Amino acid sequence: MTSPPETISSPGSEPSVQHVIEARSDRSLASSQDGARASEAVSWSSARQMGSRWGAPILLAAGAISIWEIAVRLNATPPWLLPTPTLIAETIWTDRALLLDHAVVTLTEVLLGFLVAVVAGVLLAAVITGSPVIDRALYPLIIASQTVPIPALSPLLLIWLGYGLAPKVIVTALVAFFPIVVNTVDGLRSTDREIIDLLRSLGASRWTRFRLAHIPSALPSLFTGAKVAVAISVIGAVFGELVGAKAGLGYLLVRSTAQFQTPRVFAVVVMLALLGILLFSLVAIAERLLLPWRRFVTR
Amino acid sequence: MGRSSALDPLPSTIAGTVDSTSHDSQSPLLEVRRLTSSYIDGGMRLTALADISFTLNDEEFVAVIGPSGSGKSTLLDIIAGLIAPDSGTVSLAGEVLTAERRLGRSAYMRQRDLLLPWRTALDNAALALEARGMPRRQARVAAAERLDAFGLSAFAHAYPAQLSGGMRQRVALARTALAANRLFLLDEPFGALDALTRIEMQSWWLDLWERDRGAVLLVTHDVDEAIFMADRVLVLTPRPGRLCWTESIALPRPRTRAMVTDPLFIAHKEALLAALGLIAS
Repeated sequence: MTSPPETISSPGSEPSVQHVIEARSDRSLASSQDGARASEAVSWSSARQMGSRWGAPILLAAGAISIWEIAVRLNATPPWLLPTPTLIAETIWTDRALLLDHAVVTLTEVLLGFLVAVVAGVLLAAVITGSPVIDRALYPLIIASQTVPIPALSPLLLIWLGYGLAPKVIVTALVAFFPIVVNTVDGLRSTDREIIDLLRSLGASRWTRFRLAHIPSALPSLFTGAKVAVAISVIGAVFGELVGAKAGLGYLLVRSTAQFQTPRVFAVVVMLALLGILLFSLVAIAERLLLPWRRFVTR
Repeated sequence: MGRSSALDPLPSTIAGTVDSTSHDSQSPLLEVRRLTSSYIDGGMRLTALADISFTLNDEEFVAVIGPSGSGKSTLLDIIAGLIAPDSGTVSLAGEVLTAERRLGRSAYMRQRDLLLPWRTALDNAALALEARGMPRRQARVAAAERLDAFGLSAFAHAYPAQLSGGMRQRVALARTALAANRLFLLDEPFGALDALTRIEMQSWWLDLWERDRGAVLLVTHDVDEAIFMADRVLVLTPRPGRLCWTESIALPRPRTRAMVTDPLFIAHKEALLAALGLIAS
């Protein structure tokens, strides 16, 4: 029988991880209260943290929108010049079918482009960190490629590929690809040297080391890159549509502007913003689900 | 808890590739001959180890002590196969092996616990098995069976960041034991712990070792730890590290804490402190 020398757990009573966390964060709390009350206190304070985190920006936005509404009404500004926020909301509601149809087109372009960017970006990052020759030859070119304003390629792509889905997906992928490559390369290189030594001493092959150490330690950086990439993906897709398209929010934007349907232009802009927020949130949620350990490390 | 020993060899599927049990019983498990190693620092070539020779038999516990810079860690890196020496040979089970071929033949543990922050305690222990190609699920099952013996079952699903220093070190030791090699290379495994936890962990590791032995090479700069745990203590000089003294510890096993005040313990300590040049001989 080996008796555990640590006194954290006493046999019989169910030792919980929660106790350890509390013992580390606040000793007096853990010793004076029982575990259940302490964890209740923790969830309470996180709810209050959420409140103070979102309360201020929501108040600020509400204030700005109110001033906008009041100023437009007092001035009697015509809607084609500047519609009131309530009119914009109304337009979103009445045009909801139209907006959704075009949003689906844009969303498809963004998702496909982003997917291509993630796959290509991660593969390139792996090749760059795996081979010094490719690193020296390719990495400077990838960085230099960012001096090319990628949306400016849209007209060319239009000439070559027409008005369909492909040119938008390509622009989106080109825009989103860079932050993913750079962040993933950084992540792969940040792997702890001693962990690699440990795996070598255990007899791990190069591929096993890559799988067990390099990939997991690059994931947080990859997600950082993906969050940036998904936000600018929307810009890429819309730019592709502005240049020439048959559908999509960017197309609707151009058409509505030409017809001086300013409330609808605002409605499209709001939809684009919501699309960006939605996609960013999805990536952030995926990050939380796939990297549950980060919650304990980053705090 | 006592049903399975913590250090017994793994199923033949893994142990077979390591070939840890079928060595010639005549030759020592580890033999180091005339090892010399140097490194470049600031444009200067510095000798870390000079002409080191010793052997380590199976079921033997040997400690290496020496001041900082005596090349103790370099010695373990070389034996584990992480770096190649300038000259000299390392034999495992009677066979001279290149550094490359020594990889995966020992269970090496450094002072830092080196737990992967994205893996739970259980998955960190299982890493030793996965590293040599065992599928994740199988490794997890094998590791879970042993976690009990390490007093870690209750913490199996905790992440390293949630564990205390002592617990983390214990997970690292569990991982090391699961490497299922007869040869354990421990580089100041208790060095980062507070004094009390450290004493507890020494006894705990000795308990585990008593059950299934294996050969241990422990690097430490703690003379008491070396005497308390080892059968033999090797003393290295400051850089370049040379073997300048070997002290055979005559204390019986199993070792108990009370022995640290034993006159024999004190005599060993005097000899070792003198060898280190810390007291007049």
